[in-house]
Amino acid sequence: MNYSIALRTLVRKEVFRFIRIWPQTLLPPAITTALYFLIFGKLIGDRIGTINGATYMDYIVPGIILMSVISHSYANVVSSFYSTKFQRNIEELLVAPVPNWVILGGYVSGGIIRGLLVGLVVALISLLFADIAVNNALIALSVAVLTATLFALAGFINAVLAESFDDISIIPNFVLTPLSYLGGVFYSVEMLPGIWQTISKGNPILYMINAFRYGLIGVTDVNIQLAYIITGGFIVTLTLFSLFLLHKGIGIKN
Amino acid sequence: MNALSIRNLRKTYNNGFEALKGINLDVEEGDFFALLGPNGAGKSTAIGIISSLINESSGSVSIFGHDLKTDRARAKSCLGLVPQEVNFNQFDTVKSIVFNQAGYYGTPRKLALQRTEQCLKQMDLWDKRDTVSRRLSGGMKRRVMIARAMVHAPKLLILDEPTAGVDIEIRRAMWKMMQDVNQQGTTIILTTHYLEEAESLCRNIAIIDQGLIVENTDMASLLARLHIDHFVLDLAEPIAKVPYIPGYQIERVADKVLNVAVPKEIGLNQFFSQLSALNIKVISLKNKSNRLEQLFMDLIESKPAGAKQ
Repeated sequence: MNYSIALRTLVRKEVFRFIRIWPQTLLPPAITTALYFLIFGKLIGDRIGTINGATYMDYIVPGIILMSVISHSYANVVSSFYSTKFQRNIEELLVAPVPNWVILGGYVSGGIIRGLLVGLVVALISLLFADIAVNNALIALSVAVLTATLFALAGFINAVLAESFDDISIIPNFVLTPLSYLGGVFYSVEMLPGIWQTISKGNPILYMINAFRYGLIGVTDVNIQLAYIITGGFIVTLTLFSLFLLHKGIGIKN
Repeated sequence: MNALSIRNLRKTYNNGFEALKGINLDVEEGDFFALLGPNGAGKSTAIGIISSLINESSGSVSIFGHDLKTDRARAKSCLGLVPQEVNFNQFDTVKSIVFNQAGYYGTPRKLALQRTEQCLKQMDLWDKRDTVSRRLSGGMKRRVMIARAMVHAPKLLILDEPTAGVDIEIRRAMWKMMQDVNQQGTTIILTTHYLEEAESLCRNIAIIDQGLIVENTDMASLLARLHIDHFVLDLAEPIAKVPYIPGYQIERVADKVLNVAVPKEIGLNQFFSQLSALNIKVISLKNKSNRLEQLFMDLIESKPAGAKQ
């Protein structure tokens, strides 16, 4: 059995899905982030000065790019897979000889591609406001890919366990958005008072944003190796948990 | 070789409901097999397990000799499923639904395109290939599901109430299509509430009730067990009262219409002789009810204590 064909089919279907609805998937982040750059970076940022030697605009660009990657890789998988469950299209995959890793790989790949594509759109818009000389492209790219993978996996788990459309909006609204904003997108964690610094360092998104910021502008609040270890650890854990859910048929089989 | 073998299959849902109580079933290669049962009897659960949509509690299923647990990919490759309800993405085009399904079965792109075209033409849907599926009529949506189930050329096709809710013309066309597919060598398992459909299409039959197989035989043997035929007579003249003819149950439906129950051992000759003697002229005669329906009701109304497991 040639599983690569099934995987390609699923990835292509997922990519076509979000491209077909580009006004919902690609356009909004372009507008939202342009406003972020304009209001926070340009209007307010000019009065803030520099953080760790970087202008405020340069400082917030990596965080806003990665925040877009996080939210869109998650949103793509959670909405697509939950709709697939809701409309019972999932039966097309369950009936066919498609192994669980292909189902997971197909949906997660779709999420990664959308996350990175949105990240690219936001990065291109940022060029209108900031002039960034990339510090380490390999680190920036690898952190973006790993972050997209992690949140695509998280979106998949959310979709598998969700029993209603309300369930797929709870995590993005009440967990992801606060963690992203408190993950050092707009400020350095060193600006926080002691206890809040310690609490912030329990937020995994802080490590990803800072590692990505290091890749783009060479500034970070965290150890880069630790950021890779944390991200990798989460990816392995969430992958195993996703495969367990699929194996048991939780949320998708009676 | 058996296209399908089920051994001691049981399913108990989380709420404690025992949908299948250890059924055994064999369907031979090339057969056109009817799986019947009232709502809630367990047939959808059985089909769900065969097609990997439901996890069994215990027991085994093998498709063309491939065990669904230990040789899952090969077993699934042999199977095509047409579910009861529309379950494709309503925003996808007809062609992409069928083409993608071929991809899930590992069919290379060029062959998948050929098979997609072939199946859509066979279902008379080729001119709708670029139509978004939600814009199709109910009958067309069912045909899309049949095309999708056939795109990987399965050896066993399960049709779960494929003609439910479609008009007579489409139903007849679908019967013809199913017969053609079967004649080309595909084994078909059909569930339906139209017992006339099962009677005219299927060679073998199993009836499932309360999670047990209560009958599993060939259609001809089952129908031979029917002791009474029911007929409707259209009369030339109105009659004032129901004639009495010993051995027959006669009911007046209208002035010129009678229902009559005819025991097989007596037959119709004697009945017509008596009618002639009473000077009652019959214009036409037709079978009142579907014969299988009568047997079906008899079987499921009797307690399945002696059910065939």
